[in-house]
Amino acid sequence: MAWGEFKDTVAERRLFQRRALVMLVLVMLALGGLLARMYQLQIVEHEIYTTLSDKNRVQVQSVPPPRGLVYDRNNLLLAENRPVFSLTLVPERVGSMDETLARLTEILSISEEDIERFQRRLNEPRRPFQEIPLSYDLNEEEIARMAVHRHRFPGVEVKAELVRYYPHSELTAHALGYVGRINQNELQRIDPVNYAGTNYIGKSGVERFYEKVLHGKVGYQHVETNARGRILRVLERENPVPGEDLQLHLDLRLQRKAHELLEGRRGAIIAIEPATGGILALASVPGFDANKFVTGISVKDYRDLSESIDKPLFNRALRGQYPPGSTIKPMMAVAALDSGVTTRERTIWDPGYFQLKESGRRYRDWKRTGHGWVDLMDSVAESCDVYFYQIGVEMGVDVMYDYLSRFGFGEDATLDVAGALSGLLPSRDWKRAVRSEPWYPGDSVNMSIGQGFFLATPLQLATATALIANRGEWVEPRLLKDIRGDRPVEEFLPASTHKPLDLKNPDDWEYVVDTMEEVMHGTRGTARGAARGASYRMAGKTGTAQVFSLGEDEEYDAEEIRERLRDHALFVGFAPTDDPKIAVAIIVENGGGGSSVAAPVARGLFDAWLEEFPAAEAAQVVGQAETGGEG
Amino acid sequence: MALGKLLSSQESGALGRPRSIWSTLHLDPILLALLLLLVGGGLFVLYSGADRNFAVVEGQMIRLGVAFVVMFVFAQLDPAIFRRWAPWLYLAGLAGLVAVLLVGVGAKGAQRWLALPGLPRFQPSELMKLVVPMMAAWYLSRYYLPPTFSRIVVGLVIVLLPMFLIIQQPDLGTSLLVGMAGIFVVFFAGISWKLITAFFGMVAVSAPLMWFYVMRDYQKQRVLTLLDPQSDPLGAGWNIIQSKTAIGSGGMDGKGWLQGTQSHLEFLPESHTDFIVAVLAEEFGFVGMMLLMAVYFLIILRCLYISVTAQDSFSRLLAGALTMTFFIYIFVNVGMVSGLLPVVGVPLPLISYGGTSGVTLMAAFGVLMSIHTHRRMISA
Repeated sequence: MAWGEFKDTVAERRLFQRRALVMLVLVMLALGGLLARMYQLQIVEHEIYTTLSDKNRVQVQSVPPPRGLVYDRNNLLLAENRPVFSLTLVPERVGSMDETLARLTEILSISEEDIERFQRRLNEPRRPFQEIPLSYDLNEEEIARMAVHRHRFPGVEVKAELVRYYPHSELTAHALGYVGRINQNELQRIDPVNYAGTNYIGKSGVERFYEKVLHGKVGYQHVETNARGRILRVLERENPVPGEDLQLHLDLRLQRKAHELLEGRRGAIIAIEPATGGILALASVPGFDANKFVTGISVKDYRDLSESIDKPLFNRALRGQYPPGSTIKPMMAVAALDSGVTTRERTIWDPGYFQLKESGRRYRDWKRTGHGWVDLMDSVAESCDVYFYQIGVEMGVDVMYDYLSRFGFGEDATLDVAGALSGLLPSRDWKRAVRSEPWYPGDSVNMSIGQGFFLATPLQLATATALIANRGEWVEPRLLKDIRGDRPVEEFLPASTHKPLDLKNPDDWEYVVDTMEEVMHGTRGTARGAARGASYRMAGKTGTAQVFSLGEDEEYDAEEIRERLRDHALFVGFAPTDDPKIAVAIIVENGGGGSSVAAPVARGLFDAWLEEFPAAEAAQVVGQAETGGEG
Repeated sequence: MALGKLLSSQESGALGRPRSIWSTLHLDPILLALLLLLVGGGLFVLYSGADRNFAVVEGQMIRLGVAFVVMFVFAQLDPAIFRRWAPWLYLAGLAGLVAVLLVGVGAKGAQRWLALPGLPRFQPSELMKLVVPMMAAWYLSRYYLPPTFSRIVVGLVIVLLPMFLIIQQPDLGTSLLVGMAGIFVVFFAGISWKLITAFFGMVAVSAPLMWFYVMRDYQKQRVLTLLDPQSDPLGAGWNIIQSKTAIGSGGMDGKGWLQGTQSHLEFLPESHTDFIVAVLAEEFGFVGMMLLMAVYFLIILRCLYISVTAQDSFSRLLAGALTMTFFIYIFVNVGMVSGLLPVVGVPLPLISYGGTSGVTLMAAFGVLMSIHTHRRMISA
């Protein structure tokens, strides 16, 4: 070579060959090492990475089941679901939360309240990538504006969800109850799996009692998402099982009638079909619009409702505990006859007052001049207090308690009415335990005409009245009439627990019913005015509950106060007498007298149920037949 | 070595016979076939890695076409020409690197390109992958081998000077490849094992110094991320976690072509450039990786054979170094994607999308073919 130095080409070639061999070994080791690494990742740790990869791309989403619908007995929709558009944020995908919120408020009307609630929910524990609603019920303009600006808001979505809607809410709020957002307490109670996609839960009434049935079973879908979280396709879907549709005994027409009859007043009406125990009407007036509660009521609206002097949120029918007053007399009559304390023939002299002892305290009859000689029939018809004072003292608290408890007082005897209260049926033990006092005979005097400690709800009064209408056959009050679908309603209704109230002489039932009929149709019946001109026979009992006893010196200035201190007017009754189709209990708060105010309300209900509605149905059938004939 | 003999058997007989079409064209059919196999398969993977964007595949085909032309041109040149031009090319390359630092253009915070008027934009650093081993081979093969200590030092300076300039751009990946190409020349020249041991000792000592004084923050971050990708799973660790997930979820035979969820759902970053091997591993599994490694190994084997049968020291050193550079590409890229090495910008040779490195690589194969087909008809 021309490089001026001696080169041993053979030695150089050998040297190079050795070095090349070393490199070949190095290459084989290195490539082998890479393959070993691949083996480790792809074969040994394959499971781990498959899981990681699936976790990357596959997300499980819950599909909330549509909530079951609620119908009245004539298949009119009382509770449905309607799509509502809400603005939701996924915090994991939102860059700067504060900035996003600030920019959102620029284009949408988002209230301070919304933001506050959102921030609260942001700090609560939740699933990763779970969306949090910011604003509910967007209108179309807001939806459109959001669509235009959507690219500026990663992680912000307009989401449609089905939300409960009550088309006749003012009428049905107290009967149906309502759903609302799941709160912290409920979150602990519910099955987190089944409620994974659900935002609403029954808060009261039917919605609460039949929550499980109405809710249905959650469905799932596995969706494939890309790195930015956009859903690309649904891989697998298990459809949710929708909630069962319920049919109630409730009749919207009667419910409306009840509200009309109590228009402008405060009060409650319960109407029961004696044969089935089905609650035909459950009205508490004034009512309220439950739809406001579904997506979250505003603070102002809530304050207006909760602070109203008329207490529209108070369910008087189930939770109003009133002294039953004279409406308890038919039940007392049953107790006195069956226990042998009195007979149909026994007469008592009523001078206008009753004394336990000579020169003792005088318990006054409502009629100051007294009713004179009266038997049991007269005492019920004319609502003579002295007769009942007498038999009340003779029965004593234990006998009264025994019989009245079998009428369902002092307990919630309903099958499926959520939130019904038990009232207060006083007893010797109760007084000792709560008042630390023995039971005095005077307490029995008060109890005999439904005053004193005794409290009952309108629903309890209606239940006891239905028991008389049924002649002692117990049929617990209930709302659920049927489940749409194949399953029998018995599967969902709790079992009845009451034994029939059997009397030693079953004919006593007829006698007591006769006394109640005398109230309506007798020449001296307290409610004869209300029954005038009726084409059917009805049975009833009026009552008056004292709200407040005024001291002699107290004066009541304001008209308002005076009105609110007036007695509550009560009425219980059923019709027709021989084949009862409807039993009612009515209370009109501060209405004054039961005969003048409450009894006409009952008459209105009876007429509607027994004459108006059947006539309207018949007309409809005839009308259809005629149009059918013409066609 | 049995495999090597098998690969060379038909060729050794050809020397005595009349010149074949391949010798006329100065092409090596075995190497060419292996390269076409690699490139052809790579285009399929690229189509998937680019999420079925055929425009990307088209662009790659054009670049590869250019690269094959460059290879063909280089194959026609006699190795003597490379040797003669080596010093001048080297000086020009150094000047280019300095110019890049002064007036270069770039992207992502690095200046790598030189835009000279009248010439297409190019990266002088890319050119140096060829020129540095040429220069080192030229210098060392002028004297007897193995080289003396002082010549080794000079040889190392030849290598380190451009390396230093490229690090300044900064471009760790290329400087590594350029450096390795030069170092391999020194190694093939016969540097003594004692010095090699000493060299590695020095690397071990200087590593902490490099860490504190030379490496940039983002380079340190890459090393830290390699050691513990979970420390920043959504930031720098994301790439490594996602590529390992892609590879691992491929399993034995993969998810199937175009079925890779990691790459098609955009979890895998750079899925058609530096991380394309993860796409291959995900869609074709361990079987696919073995096939890929086999093709790469056969190419390296053929190139080593060409190196060993080269007729002079310059050709041998150059061929050996270029072969090993190719190998380094593979090792660094696959090592990085599978989480064994820190993330440096080294593409998977001839498969990753991107022009310049492909052209350089094919030029190197052109040089190898030139060396192989310009042998004199003398006894080997």
